Amino acid sequence: MTAVTEFAVAAFIVIGAAFLFVGSLGLATLPDTMRRLHAPTKATTLGIGALLIASMLYFVLLNGSLGIHEILITLFLFLTAPATALMIAKAYIFRHRATQKQLPPSANETGWATLTKPR
Amino acid sequence: MRKRFIPHPLLTCVLALVWVLLVNDFSLANFVFGLLLGLAVAKLTSIYRPERSKIRNPLAIAEYFAVVLWDILVSNVQVAYLILFRRGDSLKSTFITVPLALTHPEAIATLAGTITMTPGTVSADLSADGRSLLVHCLDTDDPDATVSAIKSRYESRLSRIFE
Repeated sequence: MTAVTEFAVAAFIVIGAAFLFVGSLGLATLPDTMRRLHAPTKATTLGIGALLIASMLYFVLLNGSLGIHEILITLFLFLTAPATALMIAKAYIFRHRATQKQLPPSANETGWATLTKPR
Repeated sequence: MRKRFIPHPLLTCVLALVWVLLVNDFSLANFVFGLLLGLAVAKLTSIYRPERSKIRNPLAIAEYFAVVLWDILVSNVQVAYLILFRRGDSLKSTFITVPLALTHPEAIATLAGTITMTPGTVSADLSADGRSLLVHCLDTDDPDATVSAIKSRYESRLSRIFE
């Protein structure tokens, strides 16, 4: 590996670590659950993404083989992060009376799925 | 007959492809095993997916992918900025209602996932009749503008792909 590629790999690792740190910081410092939910779903995605790009780059340059697993990790992350966030939000709305009062009405006034009995 | 044993051909193909990629070994045996797995999983879960989803426009998927990837990049930087340089309680967070024009469950699930991954919004709930989404905004001055941005940027593209 030349100095340039090593620098590129290192840069991606540092960028990834920085975004992961910011995501965790947001999770710790934002004031309520709904706002906290924004930090791990977004800042963390780019952090992991940058780390995976670094890993792919490193292994391509080291043994010339493209890692497919990194792409799959990204795919699974994009599939699971929104599902987890949705379940946490639903649980929070279900348990938190003050939040339930703030909710806007749904489009056809049928109410939100978490708060209505299934028919 | 075909519908009974292969309820979701597309799902089966995707599962087979993911299996081959997971094993990271492109041999025929692996591909056949992946196909069998895909068939079994599609059959076992078909009770939860009564309708077969149709993809009308494969080119539109590529466009949608590019748009969403770019937005994920932008949203990450925006949210990182908000976390680092704004006090948490000064953020104008609010819930908004996004009325849906989409009807396919897959299309709505994709839209909800996209909303969560992109600038300052997390989808929090679906209405009981499935016709609107509850979305939480991290920091917004104009909730109506956010709703119309979601509808014009993502929903219109998804409706071109799915319906």
